[in-house]
Amino acid sequence: MAKSTPSLNTTSSADIAFLLLIFFLVSTTMDVDKGLDRRLPPMPDENQKQQDIKVNRRNIVVVRINAQDRILAGGTPMDVTQVKDKIKEFILNPANSESLPEKEMKDIEGFGQYAVSKGVVSLQNDRGTSYNAYLKVQNEIVRAFNEIRDEFAMQNFGSKYADLDEEKMKIVRTAIPQSISEAEPKDITKKK
Amino acid sequence: MAKFSKKGKRALAAFSMSSTSDIVFMLIFFFMVSTTMRETDKLVMVVSPEATETAKLERKDLASYINIGTPVREKQAEYGTDARIQLNDSFRNVSDIRDFIAVERESMGEADRPFMTTVIRADQNVRMGIISDVKQELRRCSALKIMYTARTVDKVK
Repeated sequence: MAKSTPSLNTTSSADIAFLLLIFFLVSTTMDVDKGLDRRLPPMPDENQKQQDIKVNRRNIVVVRINAQDRILAGGTPMDVTQVKDKIKEFILNPANSESLPEKEMKDIEGFGQYAVSKGVVSLQNDRGTSYNAYLKVQNEIVRAFNEIRDEFAMQNFGSKYADLDEEKMKIVRTAIPQSISEAEPKDITKKK
Repeated sequence: MAKFSKKGKRALAAFSMSSTSDIVFMLIFFFMVSTTMRETDKLVMVVSPEATETAKLERKDLASYINIGTPVREKQAEYGTDARIQLNDSFRNVSDIRDFIAVERESMGEADRPFMTTVIRADQNVRMGIISDVKQELRRCSALKIMYTARTVDKVK
């Protein structure tokens, strides 16, 4: 080993790497999609249309948004900020009132007996409702459910819903199901 | 003193640049991991509404996007300013959603299909009429898992 191998000039490799870097900067996006998760009800069968599912009147609260973005929840006009409390009261039914939804004792695996509310929030909108107002109300309803879940999780497991493990999350989800129904657009005109 | 003058005259030692590329490569890897490929060009202007209770989209590869909004300025001469639906790279009608969903579903693995999410990316000023139509069409195609995109804020004004 008399002579060491001559070293390669690597100055330009940095330039090549920069070129690649710029390519990735331009061709990719960083935004993470966030939003409200929803499940649509399946389309009813043609021949099944006749039989309406009988839901007890007290078990349903109708939140309606008209073309002027005004909100009517459970028969009373209100502001968006009031919707959350209305839904919470409806689902929790703390005084077991006759006019609010009934509760059904359910055996939840890994938890035991719990009175699950049978309440359903029905959201109806007009064709002229703005998307902004619609999503605001959706958000408030989801917020009501999330708060109820948090309270339940706090009471029983001592931490917030989001911090629970998967098994406990499932218990909370069964105890407080997120029952929001998005009515078919046809129904609105019919109910007028 | 003599020692000092000697040092000053010596040529500046060229410092090795070989590590710069490593640094840049590190940056590249960061961008490769944290970003996703841009798939479509924007044809409609979308300003998502605000919400507080947002959840992250779980599987980005299982999402198909429906953009609804006013066409971008360059396209307004051709398509007007009414809200339009954009699927992939073109303006489409509600009736085209069925094919779009079928193609998207076909491109996914058999096991992943039930988890397919349709992301509705609509502008906040869009009327619900068009969105109701889209929703009805999605129900007809039984693409029931949907997500309304929203900007996360601490408090909705």
